[in-house]
Amino acid sequence: MRSRNLYVTRSDRALTLFLDGFLWFWTLVVAYPLVYVLSASLSSPQAVIGGKVWLLPVEPTLRAYQAVFRNKMILAGFANSTLYMVLGTAISLALTVFAAFPLSRRELAGRKALNALFLFTMIFSGGMIPTYLVVKDLGLRNTVWAVVLPSAFSVWNMIITRTYFQTNIPDELYEAAQLDGCSDFRFLRRVVLPLSGPILAVIGLYYAVGLWNGYFNALLYIDSQRLYPLQLVLRDILVLSNMDMSMMQDFSEMLRKQGLASLLKYAVIVVASLPVMLAYPFVQRFFVKGVMVGAMKG
Amino acid sequence: MSSIEAPPRGRSALGAAARLARRHWQLYLILLLPLAYVALFNYLPMYGAQLAFKRFSASKGIAGSPWVGLRYFKLFFASPSSLRIILNTLSISLYSIAVNFLFPIILAVALNESRRRAFRKAAQMITYAPYFISTVVMVGLILQVLDPRLGIVPRLVAALGGGETNLMGSPKAFQSIYVWSGLWQGIGYSAIIYLAALAGVSPELQEAAIIDGCSRGQRIRHVDIPAIMPTIVIMLILSFGFVMSVGFEKVYLMQNDMNLSSSEIISTYVYKVGLVNADFGFATAIGLFNSLVNLALLVCANAAARRAGQGGLW
Repeated sequence: MRSRNLYVTRSDRALTLFLDGFLWFWTLVVAYPLVYVLSASLSSPQAVIGGKVWLLPVEPTLRAYQAVFRNKMILAGFANSTLYMVLGTAISLALTVFAAFPLSRRELAGRKALNALFLFTMIFSGGMIPTYLVVKDLGLRNTVWAVVLPSAFSVWNMIITRTYFQTNIPDELYEAAQLDGCSDFRFLRRVVLPLSGPILAVIGLYYAVGLWNGYFNALLYIDSQRLYPLQLVLRDILVLSNMDMSMMQDFSEMLRKQGLASLLKYAVIVVASLPVMLAYPFVQRFFVKGVMVGAMKG
Repeated sequence: MSSIEAPPRGRSALGAAARLARRHWQLYLILLLPLAYVALFNYLPMYGAQLAFKRFSASKGIAGSPWVGLRYFKLFFASPSSLRIILNTLSISLYSIAVNFLFPIILAVALNESRRRAFRKAAQMITYAPYFISTVVMVGLILQVLDPRLGIVPRLVAALGGGETNLMGSPKAFQSIYVWSGLWQGIGYSAIIYLAALAGVSPELQEAAIIDGCSRGQRIRHVDIPAIMPTIVIMLILSFGFVMSVGFEKVYLMQNDMNLSSSEIISTYVYKVGLVNADFGFATAIGLFNSLVNLALLVCANAAARRAGQGGLW
């Protein structure tokens, strides 16, 4: 990409060494725990407890995974989280586009004031308790809506989308459509949406990952374990160490006492991160694009 | 820009606006749903924030509850824990800014300078990956890695001749674990914004610098760094605007009885007082105090960013 250096001084060589070293260092520092967790989850309980695992799996076995996939709470969590993610992303995308499109049009009288109305929510909030009371008074506690609604709308994403509309949909197009008698509804549906694939993908991914990875709303508003999203189930297992003993029925009493929980936790970490990690190489370029669109914001 | 919507001469601006609004009523209709949303989930809680000055009674509701003035604020600031909680929030934040500011810039420059395409791609992909790990799994990972008996870090320490270490139980270690694990998870993501800025540096500028005899270090110093300076400045200024809003999710999961003296922050405290102990008024007051400080900080940060010529958040 860059043309070859004509002048290579000694300090240049030191600099190159430092930068390359930095890159190697961080790549290894980031990669090692990931590899270690994967290897530990695939090793035998004896090897994990005996501290024999350093890099690669020792005495490989899939028993931990069998135990994880037999756990009803984890499976239910997966199902719930999938529902929350799909439903929540749809709602969030609709809200975002419905706000971004009108606010991107100069023809909207009072646009400045309306914009300010949205922006203000980004810098000031009523706080956790008043929000909790609103959700409670609306009767949303212990329903799907309590997970997907309270943080459904991100002003930041709306600004990114609005900027995209402003820079990618020429005024001339809008004016021409107006002259041809195209209504605003129709323009949104037939022109704006078809031209906005990339930004909808980016914003949708932001919302989807947020819904899949978050646990705050569920912690506040969901008491019934039946409705627990995956992250709350994981919290029970990984952080609170409330392990369902039936998960461990395969293993001997002795191993159970020796902290077999550790092995299962590694497997749980892998299983929980796998869906996002597998999708990640495919969606990475969208995320990169999203960051850049956000940075472009004027 | 002449548009077909230009108001005819002689009409008042207000009349023109009304005419415009009548013609584009559909825009308002589209906007109705998001407006209803922010009214319900953003502005209604702001109205509810008056609870900070009231003794909440569920039967009387927010409006009907009796006023108690500044009682909760006085109570909070008189309690010995308030100062510690505020200081914890501040120090986690500032520590985080210090660490998370410099490293992503170096990573971006290093990625940008790396001339082996395949390695650069792999390095970017790997450093970026942890960003997608959820907070719960991330904390689970930290707990596993630091587990006093089986974790890889205490084992390495032991292998190198160190003693037994229970890092999660140590108030001294908490903030470092929080901040450095945050860097581990976020460095690749944070570097992207600088990489994008670096990619925008025109090749002509680089070539001119080379022809003028710039060494590699000089090119980085005099071409690359000035090119990403605006991004650096705005990122830094804005991060100060968020100094008092440390995220709830990760801190809450990392807390335990042993490290609480350095891990209790405003948001986790509000949660415990308000939703665990059901002391709504007191918790709302602390939350409101936090929101007001955030507002002031953001307004200042925004003004600073504008003064620096970078344009602010608004």
